[in-house]
Amino acid sequence: MISGIVFGILLVGSFGFFTWNVWKIRQNILLGRELDRTDNPKERWRTMILVAFGQKKMFQRPIPAILHLFIYAAFVITQIELIEIVVDGFSGHHRIFRPALGGFYTFIISFIEILSVLAFVATIAFLARRNLLKIPRFTMREMVGWAKTDANLILFFEFLLVTCIFMMNGADEVLYSRGLSHAENLGDGSFGFAVTQHIGPAFFGGLSDGALHVIERIGWWGHIVMVFVFLNYLPFSKHFHILLAFPNTYYSNLEKKGRFTNLASVTNEVKLMMDPTADPFAAPADGAVAEPQRFGAKDVTDLTWKSLLDAYTCTECGRCSSACPANQTGKLLSPRKIMMETRDRLEVVGDNIRKHGKEYDDGKSLLFDHITEEEIWACTSCNACVQECPVNIDPLSIIMEMRRYLVMEESKMPSELTGMLTNIENNGAPWQFSPTDRLNWKDE
Amino acid sequence: MSNLRVPTMAELMASGETAEILFWVGCSGSFDDRAKKITKAIVKILNHCDVKFGVLGTEESCTGDPAKRAGNEFTFQMQAMMNIQVLDGYEVKKIVTGCPHCFNTLKNEYPELGGTYEVIHHTQLIQELIDSGKLTVQGGTYKGKKITFHDPCYLGRANDVYEAPRELITKLDAELVEMKRCKTNGLCCGAGGAQMFKEAEKGNKEVNVLRTEDALEVAPEIIATGCPFCNTMMTDGVKHFEKEQEIKVLDVAELIANAADL
Repeated sequence: MISGIVFGILLVGSFGFFTWNVWKIRQNILLGRELDRTDNPKERWRTMILVAFGQKKMFQRPIPAILHLFIYAAFVITQIELIEIVVDGFSGHHRIFRPALGGFYTFIISFIEILSVLAFVATIAFLARRNLLKIPRFTMREMVGWAKTDANLILFFEFLLVTCIFMMNGADEVLYSRGLSHAENLGDGSFGFAVTQHIGPAFFGGLSDGALHVIERIGWWGHIVMVFVFLNYLPFSKHFHILLAFPNTYYSNLEKKGRFTNLASVTNEVKLMMDPTADPFAAPADGAVAEPQRFGAKDVTDLTWKSLLDAYTCTECGRCSSACPANQTGKLLSPRKIMMETRDRLEVVGDNIRKHGKEYDDGKSLLFDHITEEEIWACTSCNACVQECPVNIDPLSIIMEMRRYLVMEESKMPSELTGMLTNIENNGAPWQFSPTDRLNWKDE
Repeated sequence: MSNLRVPTMAELMASGETAEILFWVGCSGSFDDRAKKITKAIVKILNHCDVKFGVLGTEESCTGDPAKRAGNEFTFQMQAMMNIQVLDGYEVKKIVTGCPHCFNTLKNEYPELGGTYEVIHHTQLIQELIDSGKLTVQGGTYKGKKITFHDPCYLGRANDVYEAPRELITKLDAELVEMKRCKTNGLCCGAGGAQMFKEAEKGNKEVNVLRTEDALEVAPEIIATGCPFCNTMMTDGVKHFEKEQEIKVLDVAELIANAADL
């Protein structure tokens, strides 16, 4: 009874806190500029199923892809067991579904156990890749402090979760064989779960009844408490990708990667300039007076909501940066860092707005305070980062928006580019050649 | 003096003729000495196949691509709108270009500004000519040669064109060898995003040198590409390793024109 109440409070409390934090993230994402990504739902569902659910792009790198698949599959399938744990937790039953489901129950739990073993192996492999093998993309300069701790914490949580499952099932197996489990005794002497029918007796066979009950309860409570902790850790962690990967791939850019957006505000200006009949002093038509928007992006609120969703979806795997030509040649630019800084800045901006209101200005901005001009100018716009991202994040669009801000709002750019732009404007080519010489090649 | 036939759209219009396709030469193809050779190779192929094409000549102007990638949307859109006026004035329907940057911009970014054309890359046009029997190529000098193809970002990843240039290389009876990073994983030459026009940021290596290392690993006799900027970058990369005697950097159009003895 008391455990039922404790369980209920934990469940409601953790879901409540989780919902509150997710709501804040939603608010933050909606601070972004408008962008229509509702067209072609069929193609969007297809992309989501292939890329997020099917993890298609992960398999560019087979080893981490398989290890990741183990954890992913174990995570998804363990949710089934979680249903039983929740029902048991409220009702005070133990393994409530077993009598009714019979052999199917044994199959499901065995399946979970096998995947959990694989996930256990993967977790250790991942910890080793980060901390012993020091795979380059996990040790870049942005992967220090919280980013590094976050990654290891998640793996540690997963390690604990799996350990709890085996403590719970292993101790229960021995108790059941002694006729002492709280599960309904079906007179078969063993649960018959694929893994714990062997490791249960091997690890816990020599322990007293009392000790077994304690271990089983630690496993059970540890498991469910870890689930609650994990759930509430997500909104503060890069691990939030397990949820946002789905909407983020749904709202993918379906256009060719080479197609950059045309700024509509500029189009209007240019049309006006090129129309000989236009009256430059005419009053704008009713409803045409919009709040003047900044060209490009200086801060997170100048980016589209999709770029902000991208930032929250990023799990800092670093595939983008390891594929980036600038990064590989020692330049400061790291597309992953662009995403991380965007998220960090957005958290601050969102909190400021909630605390001090919409107009509050803390005197800082994403560009300059988080991302330097040097990083922005190192990009070759090659789309390798966009291609590489397993959840279809687009760091390039953020970089381009910042270039637009620098050039169109502040006229700040490498001096050679000023010359290049002047050439285009004056003689229609990025170099200083006369347009009248354009066809000279024909006769050379 | 060359005997290339390069009618301008203005000349064609004056004589009451129309062009099936506009050849958009691009700034590099018009002014860069190395790229001009690629332009001429394309024209030789067009002439040989009697393709009714025209160029804009002095009426052509930068597509605005480098301005856009550098962040100057104003300059880009000014260029785009002026070009669209010229193109529409000649009722252009189909465009071929030798530059993936022009290709991408004309194909993807002009329609929203009012300029909708069928735009193809020269490797796609050459493939069409071969497929329709207008052009036959045999390996000739390239038979059995080890050729690797460097994917221009704005042709490959940006527009998913990977096969046309490769099919042309295999038509030469050459041995097409792929670098470890190719197609969707191809590494940039370092020129895109307006980098061509500025010094690189501080680092420990130039991008074109890194890409040339990829190429040297497969020990090709020819590095083929389909972009005048990639061509410059790879040529410089090969020079960096003092390999210019052993390895030639050529555009796919040049390979085809040479092989067909044009």
